[in-house]
Amino acid sequence: MFYARVKWLIPIVGAVTMALTSGTIAKDIELSFYYPIAVGGPITKIIDNDAAAFEKENPGIKIHAIYAGTYQDTLVKALTAFKSGAPPDIAVLLSTDMFSLIDEDAITPFDALLSTDDDKAWAKSFYPAFMENSQTGGKTWGIPFQRSTVVMYWNKDAFKAAGLDPDKAPDTWDELVADGGKLTKRDAVGNVSQWAIEIPSSGFPYWLFQGLTTANDVRLMNQAGTKTYFDKPGVIQALQFWVDLSRKDKIQPEGTIEWGTTPKDFFERKTAIMWTTTGNLTNVRSNAGFPFGVAMLPAHQGRGSPTGGGNFYLFKKMTDEERNAAFKFVKWMTTPERAADWGIATGYIAVRPDAWDTPVMKKYVADFPAAAVARDQLKYAVAELSTHDNQRVTKALNDGIQAALSGTKTPEQAMKDAQQEAVRILRPYQ
Amino acid sequence: MLASKPIAVAAAAPLKTPRTRGGPIQLSAHIYGWLLLLPAGVLLVTFTHYPAVTTIIDSFFSTPKGHRSAVFIGRDNYQAMLDDPVFWRALGNNIVYATSVIPLTIALALLMAILINGKIVGRPFLRLSFFTPTVLPMIAVANIWLFFYSPGYGLLDQILSVFGIATHNWLGNEHTALACLIVVAVWKDAGFFMIFYLAALQQMSPQLAEAAAIEGASRWYFFRRVTFPLLMPTTLFVLINAIINSFRLIDHIVVMTQGGPDNTTALLLFYIYEVGFKFWDTAYAATLTVVLLALLAVLALGQFLLLDRRIHYQ
Repeated sequence: MFYARVKWLIPIVGAVTMALTSGTIAKDIELSFYYPIAVGGPITKIIDNDAAAFEKENPGIKIHAIYAGTYQDTLVKALTAFKSGAPPDIAVLLSTDMFSLIDEDAITPFDALLSTDDDKAWAKSFYPAFMENSQTGGKTWGIPFQRSTVVMYWNKDAFKAAGLDPDKAPDTWDELVADGGKLTKRDAVGNVSQWAIEIPSSGFPYWLFQGLTTANDVRLMNQAGTKTYFDKPGVIQALQFWVDLSRKDKIQPEGTIEWGTTPKDFFERKTAIMWTTTGNLTNVRSNAGFPFGVAMLPAHQGRGSPTGGGNFYLFKKMTDEERNAAFKFVKWMTTPERAADWGIATGYIAVRPDAWDTPVMKKYVADFPAAAVARDQLKYAVAELSTHDNQRVTKALNDGIQAALSGTKTPEQAMKDAQQEAVRILRPYQ
Repeated sequence: MLASKPIAVAAAAPLKTPRTRGGPIQLSAHIYGWLLLLPAGVLLVTFTHYPAVTTIIDSFFSTPKGHRSAVFIGRDNYQAMLDDPVFWRALGNNIVYATSVIPLTIALALLMAILINGKIVGRPFLRLSFFTPTVLPMIAVANIWLFFYSPGYGLLDQILSVFGIATHNWLGNEHTALACLIVVAVWKDAGFFMIFYLAALQQMSPQLAEAAAIEGASRWYFFRRVTFPLLMPTTLFVLINAIINSFRLIDHIVVMTQGGPDNTTALLLFYIYEVGFKFWDTAYAATLTVVLLALLAVLALGQFLLLDRRIHYQ
């Protein structure tokens, strides 16, 4: 008998049905929140605590934090989930992914949610430099959360040993080259035991390159994300300067320099200066076995650095109720106090000016003035390279930069090729 | 797949109930047979055949984006591929990579197997150390080697500095980057293939060696005319796996170079990943995948049809 065979299933089916229905009766709003970090470690603990505190203050809303790996992994997971019809509700993704997410029709702008005056004031409370990568076409698509810029770290011991003032980092390109000559240590045969500087060029060299182009007073793209200016003379000059550090001035290792091992090179005293993200501040503070300083990137025509890091995005396919709850969570995570705590815990820049007026932040900066360097550099910061079909355009530029650094192309040729490729990729968006 | 066969046969024996129910025995036997194939068949179709077919179909359509759905564009994707310098670069790199990794891995595996098949001091320790790289995940291997190759304080540079050789930016130089990745792949896979050779060597009858010794054959002659031909079935198996691995394993590229500098270490599958999951140009990624599929199919067919005939199975 069929019935006799399946009757053991009945209690199970009953239990499952009950579980499902009781879940809907409680009517909790459940929000999935993709966050770009591997599982474990101190940062997941902070996020978990924040989510729990938010749930306590807002009964009826549940936040499921999903730790999804690197920024790239998280984007892949979020977009794949979106394409299969079950996108996350909230995600922290790179600010530069804005155009890609818009093109995929995956996110909703925040503007419609800003109903009260408080909300409108909140949306205006962030550093304008961070909003450059968060707004386009008159709409706000992302809310700054963990943002960074490129800064210069220097080893004070190495400066002292080279007869330089240990408390003064090179302030211009010329000073960098002059100091660099003294900081590079060679033995009798010419083998280098300590380089003056490392500007990493693996993975995403365009970002560090923007620290050079911005100082040379050129932009790489327009705000609409439809045009690039890779072959402008100022860009080529900036690349020439970078190449010359290795090939002419011989104060930087030749070839591409691995992003991931650059901090290690710095700790091992293989390089006296490194350029890297402010997000490394806490890492350097706990691992450098020597006094170090943090400075703004050296100036040339002007001063400058790109911003970087992640924004909050709200995905489509939420009900109005869910969207309001998600919005509440984003607002809650970006209050001045929480922005200050987050900045202190990670080294990212607290994203709004009033966060720097909180007592905890004031105390932190008083103890550790280096933390304020990145903030002060924001005055000169520009948006990170971001266009439509962003990763492809970025790759064209990355390939060009690496070709120039490894000497297979002249900077001029490399940037002309990159521009040509970018024009081809961006044709559908004109 | 191979493992499921004996299980199916064993399960079939005590369950021959259909015969007692009456009805056409032949038909029920057919149904029974198909039912036994069903689990494996469902898995194969869902995860292998259906994706392969949709990949081929997708390669003739444009990439859907936002509100724009996919439209049929014929062979435009293939034309774009032929005009894509990065594709040719990746294909060329992959050929260089495969033609270096495969012979080196097989030769090293065979050498190690013969070495530890003989009676030498510390044999268990040698076996263990040869096999260790296989046990590690590729991501871990890549991270270890990333530091081996670090300019200055990396293991390689430290060793070379003893001989007064200047530090070298191994992964950052386009002349050495691909070779560095080849070394990692050989190091990782040789131990795994060694196990198969070792198993084959141990099954070989010692009478052969004794007979050869009586005939006065040199060790090299014995290896060339007896051992190696008898190992051919193993070599074919290893060869197929090595070829597949050389197109399939890209974890170390993701960790160590991300295809740089300037695409010198971009392999075909890495480029497919970039196009598919970074550029989100899924249709073009499907096109590239079709090429990879075709390439592997041709290689596998060639091996089974040509090499198989020359191999002596015991």
